[in-house]
Amino acid sequence: MGGRDTDIVLLDENGIRCDGRKVNETRKVTIKAGVLKNANGSAYIEFGDNKILVGVYGPRDVHPKHMSDTDTGILRCRYHMAPFSVGERKNPAPSRREVEISKVIKEALEPAVMLKEFPRTAVDVFMEVLQADGGTRCAALTGASVALADAGIPMRDLVAGCAAGKAADAVILDVNNEEDQAGQADLPIGYMPNLKKITLLQLDGVLTPEEYKQCIEIGIDGCNQVYEIQKKALQDKFFASGEKQ
Amino acid sequence: MSGEKKRHVIPGEVITSGPYRAEQNTIQVGDKIVSTIVGLSDVHDGSVRVIPLTGGYIPKDDDLVIGKIASHSSLSWTADINSCYVGMLPASDVFGRDYSSSADDMTAKLAKGDLIAARIVNADMTRDPLITISGRELGKIDSGELVKISPNKVPRLIGKRGSMIQMIESSTNSQVTIGQNGLLVVSSEDPNGLLKAIQAIELIEEQAHVANLTDQVNEMLESKSE
Repeated sequence: MGGRDTDIVLLDENGIRCDGRKVNETRKVTIKAGVLKNANGSAYIEFGDNKILVGVYGPRDVHPKHMSDTDTGILRCRYHMAPFSVGERKNPAPSRREVEISKVIKEALEPAVMLKEFPRTAVDVFMEVLQADGGTRCAALTGASVALADAGIPMRDLVAGCAAGKAADAVILDVNNEEDQAGQADLPIGYMPNLKKITLLQLDGVLTPEEYKQCIEIGIDGCNQVYEIQKKALQDKFFASGEKQ
Repeated sequence: MSGEKKRHVIPGEVITSGPYRAEQNTIQVGDKIVSTIVGLSDVHDGSVRVIPLTGGYIPKDDDLVIGKIASHSSLSWTADINSCYVGMLPASDVFGRDYSSSADDMTAKLAKGDLIAARIVNADMTRDPLITISGRELGKIDSGELVKISPNKVPRLIGKRGSMIQMIESSTNSQVTIGQNGLLVVSSEDPNGLLKAIQAIELIEEQAHVANLTDQVNEMLESKSE
């Protein structure tokens, strides 16, 4: 459970990580809502060196028709990595990993979106990873939730994503690519900050019960920080120009 | 009681707590009323609602909409009403109860691409919304210019008790049929008036969030008329 061998010092004696962050610090997150003209809702998120574009369509007709549900609308998510998003060219065909991430993001968003209001329709979320640097599922989830709000899909709460983990025997917040590769554990969390509910929780690696508790704690703290940025992105788009009515 | 001041809210944001009714675009979580959409909160007479700033048109009973005939079967037309649902216009609504699919020619009355002003009769979401074109101010639209705006900005275009739209109509000498789905038909005898009315509507669509919009529109209407 030591992770892969590496020359990188994941955590130096001063408690500074390989990219200069402290253990409980997230990377710089910027979000812009409403970047695409042709989608009903969209967002662009930079989560450290991750760059992800999200487009939302819907509610709209379901095709193929047999997928539609007479009781509720359905949510469909597609997480995709561009061929140029990683060092070695990635085959653009959906991989096993992308299918999995699409599924977990869909399930992380489902508790938030209120699709019962639109029976027999579908809401499609397309997440395109333009540049990947570890923690793309949390970043994509964060962006998707802003894009859904931008599209005007009713939601109980926004969903913010942030990972916690363990590297060099220390519990850290927002695991980057190096720490993910060489570290000991990665625990992505999706969280609804106002409802205080977790919607995504995965764990890759081994943690002691104590470490796990710490990870959840700082992970939620990270999600709350990300939420503030999500909030600001929506406020900037909708409320920045002009005054109230 | 006019209630609290309108506030900008985003999904998940708590609007207020206490004994209020959660109405449009809000949910109750414990004793708190939470917004589900990006918009302006409106606390009024013990009820809380959020006026949306984004999102498409969702059909509601009794809404006047403007639709475009998309196709027809032997019993009904379907109309595109700028929503995720299509409007169903039964043939019996046009031909009367003794409609017979063999005797009556549906395309003679309404062909594909025709515009109609219709009212939503039943939008219970279990089926596509039922619409009717029998009634005052309803039916096929023969002339006018079709303008599309965001459905969320329709209330702004109408203004308080119709003040905004009345101002546009009277100063440009035009008639505007407003569909709640964001489709409008502007008609006027005077081509300049028509152009000006469309410009005014576009201005409202762009500047919908700005206060004292009425003055701005008024200024624009007057300046061009000289």
